[in-house]
Amino acid sequence: MRFVDEFRDADKAHALAAKIAALCEPGRQYKLMEVCGGHTHTIYKHGLEDYLPESITLVHGPGCPVCVIPMGRVDDAIHLASQPDVIMTSFGDMMRVPGSGGSFFDANAEGTHIRMVYSPLDSLKIARQNPDKQVVFMAIGFETTAPSTAMTMIRAKAEGIENFSVFCNHVTIVPAIKAILDSPDLRLDGFIGPGHVSTVIGCRPYEFIAKQYGKPVVVAGFEPLDILQSIYMLMLQLSQGRSEVENQYARVVPWNGNLVALKAIGETMELRPYFEWRGLGFISHSALKVHEKYAAMDAELLFQVPGVRVADPKACQCGEVLKGVLKPWECKVFGTACTPETPIGTCMVSPEGACAAYYNFGRMNRNRVAEAGVAGS
Amino acid sequence: MSKSWIDEALAQSELGHEGLAAEGRRQLPLAEPGDREQQVLDRIDRARRRRPKVREERVTMSHGAGGKATHTLIEAVFLDAFRNPLLEPLEDAAQLAVGGARIALTTDSYVVSPLFFPGGDIGDLAVNGTVNDLAVSGARPLYLSAGFILEEGFPVADLQRVTESMRAAAERAGVHVVTGDTKVVQKGKADGCYINTAGVGVVERDGTLGVAQAQPGDAIVVSGPIGDHGITIMLARGELDIEADICSDTAPLNGLVADLLDAVPGVRAMRDATRGGVATILNEIAKAADMGVLVSEDAIPVREEVRGASELLGIDPMYVACEGRLVAVVPGEDADRAVAALRAHPLGEQAAVIGHVRAEQPGIVQLKTAFGGTRIVDLLVGDPLPRIC
Repeated sequence: MRFVDEFRDADKAHALAAKIAALCEPGRQYKLMEVCGGHTHTIYKHGLEDYLPESITLVHGPGCPVCVIPMGRVDDAIHLASQPDVIMTSFGDMMRVPGSGGSFFDANAEGTHIRMVYSPLDSLKIARQNPDKQVVFMAIGFETTAPSTAMTMIRAKAEGIENFSVFCNHVTIVPAIKAILDSPDLRLDGFIGPGHVSTVIGCRPYEFIAKQYGKPVVVAGFEPLDILQSIYMLMLQLSQGRSEVENQYARVVPWNGNLVALKAIGETMELRPYFEWRGLGFISHSALKVHEKYAAMDAELLFQVPGVRVADPKACQCGEVLKGVLKPWECKVFGTACTPETPIGTCMVSPEGACAAYYNFGRMNRNRVAEAGVAGS
Repeated sequence: MSKSWIDEALAQSELGHEGLAAEGRRQLPLAEPGDREQQVLDRIDRARRRRPKVREERVTMSHGAGGKATHTLIEAVFLDAFRNPLLEPLEDAAQLAVGGARIALTTDSYVVSPLFFPGGDIGDLAVNGTVNDLAVSGARPLYLSAGFILEEGFPVADLQRVTESMRAAAERAGVHVVTGDTKVVQKGKADGCYINTAGVGVVERDGTLGVAQAQPGDAIVVSGPIGDHGITIMLARGELDIEADICSDTAPLNGLVADLLDAVPGVRAMRDATRGGVATILNEIAKAADMGVLVSEDAIPVREEVRGASELLGIDPMYVACEGRLVAVVPGEDADRAVAALRAHPLGEQAAVIGHVRAEQPGIVQLKTAFGGTRIVDLLVGDPLPRIC
């Protein structure tokens, strides 16, 4: 398939892998964080770690939009959905995320109407078709999905649709990266920067990572060769003692971002003073709420939202996994109490969650696989 | 649902720690990182082999998707209630001895939406699906029953269209619909038309077919490109605004199966890849035979249109339903003959060996990716959910 197969060429991967291995200083360990859950998914789906030398560890970061939603917000959403005459719409990933009393799927089995949509614009269609219902869109995601929510709100206003509102859970990536950089229990050598987020915000917002924290950042695409090339670019910076922001994904990411999208977000949403992230706790100015000008579309104002903070189950170590302190399999409940069938933590739900990716794709001992490969060849 | 499901899940996992529970949770003994990871993997393996338990208080859509949730429901509810040696293998059809003859019996219900889609309709599916369940269990399909649950207000013209498709499909497959039932429910209590068919066939060949028969060195063959039906249905629902030139692959496989068995009498097992796709069948083979399965992404036939739509949606064609494809396990030395026999039939023109069975990593399906890495192909919990971004 054109524009896909070119980025999955095994010969090119072998060549890049050799160049990466050559850049490793003997005896040095490298920890590189891929911030974005989409990258985590690609890494596991294509078995990319098979190409990396043992001294390079990929640490999975907090950029999985579903994984960072705290339990309390899921409960709030289900509360909203269970109001009379409400149809809630949600992205598919969100359907299985557990709140304290179950997931959206469970809520639907109990009688709520939570429908899966592929785009927030589909919610508008549902609102038009059901004028006697309130349609609430469960908005989640980083700057990647915020513009589509924003454009939907702008269109709803222009069309005068009055039965559409947004339960806004959009978060912003930079404060989360900062929280990780300030976390005392983690030492990282560099960052594989988020690709889709950067199509909106550009590369400039990451400059503080390079300048103030001295860590290289390479904004990367989502095909396996994109990621391998980004690792090569990071290793090259490290070997040359540089720390800069570089753009591997220039075919999509403009250095200054997408001004139209940013304007749409600015028009419809504003920063919250603080927001709770699952596992990371409260981070100031890290999330968006519906702008005052659009108050009529703010589900949090239209309905009573309980807003009760629900502590994670004690055994759940999503926080450590999201920060990259623990590998998924190092969590105490991984794979036994917490599985994709009955996830306790969000990281086990989304295909972009580090735990789900490891459980579904990577649940094997790489050393043994390597040995078997040698024995078999 | 109360909070207790979390506590219950935790208690369950303690069982998996074996012996550690009594002294409370202990740190895993310090060992080489590779060994520690292996210990966790072994513990997970034990947890996965435990008897499944339905934790939900109500049935959710996941229970119908053909993945882990469906398996759990079948094993924990239905198998528990009806347990008997004929049911226990959980093959596509049960094999019975009646008056000296070997008979295969199967049943399936059809609730597809939309009812009409490119390449077929619910009527084709209802005949072909049941014919195929009989065929892959080694039987020659003979007679079907047809039960209709109709929603008040359903157009009679549509019903005639559906029954005409059933008639044509039965003729093509060489079977007869010999008994039936009709029920009508109030408007809103059903989605137009549901069909149940049951089928009987006669088993004329010797030997036992079953995924548990798989041996190391066996080849795994698919009869053609995968995922056509599932992607066609997703696009036909019109929710995606994607257009592609694909049709459902719905077809009766009894002719193809007969050709394969004639060429390779030693076939160990066949399954038709419906809900849950080829990935689910590979997992059934690995689990039932307690063998490892290694497949190669490059070797799996997938149409460009199906790959493209799957890429856009962030789903994996290996989990997408087919309605006219079979997966066969054949002894390694018969692989070429099996592929040749399948390719000689119009429904098997793109048949291919996609991998093999091995003794290593029992119970686990591994995929060599086209990119050159390795990963696991597990059962999905429920339907593949499109990703956010």
